[in-house]
Amino acid sequence: MRMLYFMLKKEFLQIFRNKMMLPILFVMPIIQLLILANAATFELKSIPIHIVDQDRTQLSRHIISSMSASDFFEVHEIGTSTSNAINAMDRNKVKAIVVLPAGMEKDLMLLGSSNVQVMIDAVDGYAAGISQQYITRLLTELDISSVKPIVDITPSNMGKGGLRITWSHWYNPTLDYIPFMVPGILVVLVSMIGGFLSGMNVVREREIGTMEQLNVTPITRWVFIAGKLLPFWIIALLELIFGLTVAAVVFNLLSQGSILLILGSAGVFMVVVLGLGLFVSTISDTQQQAMFITWFIMVLFILMGGLFTPIDSMPLWAQQLTLVNPMAWYIDLMRRVMLTGAGLEHVWKSIVVLGGMGIVVLGAAIMRFRKFA
Amino acid sequence: MNAFYGFIRKEFLHILRDRRTMIILFGMPLAQLIIFGYAIRNELNYTGIAILDQSRDEQSSLITDKIAASGYFDVTAWLDHPDQIEDIFRSGTSRLVLVIGSGFERERHRYGISEIQIITDASNPNMAQLAQSYVMAIIRDTSPSQPSGLIPEVRMVYNPALRSANLFVPGLIAIILMLVSTLMTSIAITREKETGTMEVLLASPLSPLVIILGKVLPYLILSLINVVTVLLTAQFIFEVPFAGSYIHFFLQAGLFTLVALCLGILISTITNSQQVAMMIALAGLLLPTILLSGFIFAVENMPYPLEIFSNIVPARWFLVIVKGIMLKGSSIGILWNETLILIGMLIVLVAVSARKFQIRLE
Repeated sequence: MRMLYFMLKKEFLQIFRNKMMLPILFVMPIIQLLILANAATFELKSIPIHIVDQDRTQLSRHIISSMSASDFFEVHEIGTSTSNAINAMDRNKVKAIVVLPAGMEKDLMLLGSSNVQVMIDAVDGYAAGISQQYITRLLTELDISSVKPIVDITPSNMGKGGLRITWSHWYNPTLDYIPFMVPGILVVLVSMIGGFLSGMNVVREREIGTMEQLNVTPITRWVFIAGKLLPFWIIALLELIFGLTVAAVVFNLLSQGSILLILGSAGVFMVVVLGLGLFVSTISDTQQQAMFITWFIMVLFILMGGLFTPIDSMPLWAQQLTLVNPMAWYIDLMRRVMLTGAGLEHVWKSIVVLGGMGIVVLGAAIMRFRKFA
Repeated sequence: MNAFYGFIRKEFLHILRDRRTMIILFGMPLAQLIIFGYAIRNELNYTGIAILDQSRDEQSSLITDKIAASGYFDVTAWLDHPDQIEDIFRSGTSRLVLVIGSGFERERHRYGISEIQIITDASNPNMAQLAQSYVMAIIRDTSPSQPSGLIPEVRMVYNPALRSANLFVPGLIAIILMLVSTLMTSIAITREKETGTMEVLLASPLSPLVIILGKVLPYLILSLINVVTVLLTAQFIFEVPFAGSYIHFFLQAGLFTLVALCLGILISTITNSQQVAMMIALAGLLLPTILLSGFIFAVENMPYPLEIFSNIVPARWFLVIVKGIMLKGSSIGILWNETLILIGMLIVLVAVSARKFQIRLE
C-alpha cells in the first residue's frame, strides 16, 4: 500500500511538473466545451436565394414578396435569366434558385396547378434538405386565393382524409442543440484525456529508458499498473465534475437525473478507456506509435458514437458495429440521464455492458503487459 | 546544400526505419475513410418506435401496419397506457411514440376529422425532427390526394441523388489530411528535445529555417501518397464524381498539407515534451477540426462569433476547395480567395515557427 502511495505521488508530480499540463488538462477542454457546444446546429439562419421571374404576373410578384418577407430567405437577386442564376450558385453566392416559369399564373388559373422549379445547391447535405423543406412549405402553403382560379382549388391540407397530426417534443421542446451536445462533448473530452495520456505515459518510460530504473525497484506489476492508471482516472473524474459545473453555470444545463449516477458510470467508463490506453501501450514501442493508434481509435469512437451524426442514420451493419463502441454506450447513457432523467433502473444495462468491456479490455492489457522490456 | 541534403536523408531514414508507424500512417487514413464513408449518413435509416394505440380499429391498424412495414421503423413496444411513455424514452428503446386516441375511427365518422399525436424524445433534436417528418409522411400517404396549387419541382444541383458519400467523403478527405499531417510533425522537434538529440542538431551548421524545412519535406511526400490513396478510394469505392482538374486538386492538397504540417511544426517548437505536443495536436485540434470546418454543421449557420472564429481553421477553407473541385468542377478563378487564405496561413505559420525556434536548450 505504501508502495502504491509513493508510485502515485511520483506520477502526480511528473504530470504536473510540466507547466503546460495543467492548462491542457483543465482549461483547454472547458474552452472547447464552451465554444463547440454552440457550433452544432442544424438550424439555417437564412438561405441566400436567387429568383428567376419569367412570368411577371401578380402571382409571381406575390411569391417574390412573400419570400422577401420571410426570415428564412434572403433574396439575393431577382432576374430573368437562369444562366445568371446558375453562375451565382457556382460562385457560392446563393444556395437556392427558384424559377417562376412563364405562364405560371395562367396554368394555375386554367389547370388548378402549376409547377415551380427549385434548384438547390446540394453540396451541403443538411442545409440542402432543410432549404428544400422551407421552400416547399412556403410554396405549398402560400395563400393563392388572390389569384382567382377558374377551377376550384382545394386547400392542400384538406382532402387528407380528415386527419390531424399533432406532435410534441419531450425533454427539449424548443429543439435546442446545446443540451444535446454538452453531454456528448464532455464524454469525448474526458476520454481523450484518459485514453491518450495513460497509454503514452507508459510508453514514455520505455522510450526514455526510465523503465529500467523502475525494474530494479521492488514495485510489483500490479502497483505499477495501478500507479499509472489511477491518476488519470482521478483527473478524468475531476474534469467531468468541473465540466458539469461549467455546463450548469454557463448553459444553465442541470442534470435531470442523479449526478452520482453520472459519476459512478463515468468511473466504469473510464476503466474501459484507461484499459484501452494501457493496451495500446503494450503494442507500441514509441510514443508516436501509441499516439497514432490511440488517435485512430478515438476518431473511430467519436464519429461512430452518435455524437454528431445519429446512430439511427447509419446502415444496419454500422449500427451493430457501434455496440462494441464504449463511447456510443456512454454518450447515450449520459444524454438519457442528463436530459430525460433516467435512473439506474433504466440505464443499468449500459453500465453492465461498460463494466464487461472494462473487464475484457483491462484484463487483456494486463495480460499482455510486461514490466520488463 | 550538402548539409541540407544530408539532413533530409537522415529524416527519411528515421521515418522509413519505423515500419510500424509507416503502416499506421498509410493504413489508418484509408481505413477511416472507408468506414466513415459508408457509416456517416444524415438521413433516417432505422430507429425504434413505440405505438400507443388505444383504438385498435381498422383505420388505426392501417396506419400502424404501414409504419411497421415502411422499413424505417422498428416497432419496439406496444403500449397500453400513456404513463409508459416516459419509461420508454428513459430506457432509450424508442425515439418516438405514436399515440392514437380511443375512438379513432368513430370520431372520423362523426366529426370528419380524427387526431394522431406523435411524441418524440427531443433530447436528440435532429433525430426527433427527422423521425417525426418520416412518420408524418407515412401517415399522409395512407390517404393520398390530388396535387393542386403550386407544385415545387425540386432539383438538387451538384449532387442530384443527395448521396451521402458525395457530401461526406470530401469532408473526410480534408479532416483526415489535416489531422494526420499535423500529428506527424507535431512531435518532430519535441522528440529530438526529449531524447536529447537536439543538442547535436543545434551544434550543426543548419539554420532554424533549414531544420524546419527538412522536417516538413519528407512528411509532405508521405502526405501526398495519402492524398493519392484517399482520392482513389473516393473515386473507385465511393464513386464520388470528380468534376474538376486533377492537377489543380493535387496542388491544392499539397498546399493544404503544407499548412497542416507547418502547424504541427509550430506546436513542436513551442512544446518541450511529446505528451504536451500530442495533447495539443490531438485533443486541441480533433473536435475543432470536425466541428468548425463545415464537415457536418454548415459554418454559415453558426452563431456569428463562431462563424468568425471558424476562419482560422484551415480545414474550413480546404473543404470549400475540395467540394468545389470535386462536385462543382470549380477552377482557380472561383477558388482564389480560399487559396490565398491558405497561402497566408502557411507564411504566418512558417514565420512564427522560425521565430519561436529556440537555438538554446535550457
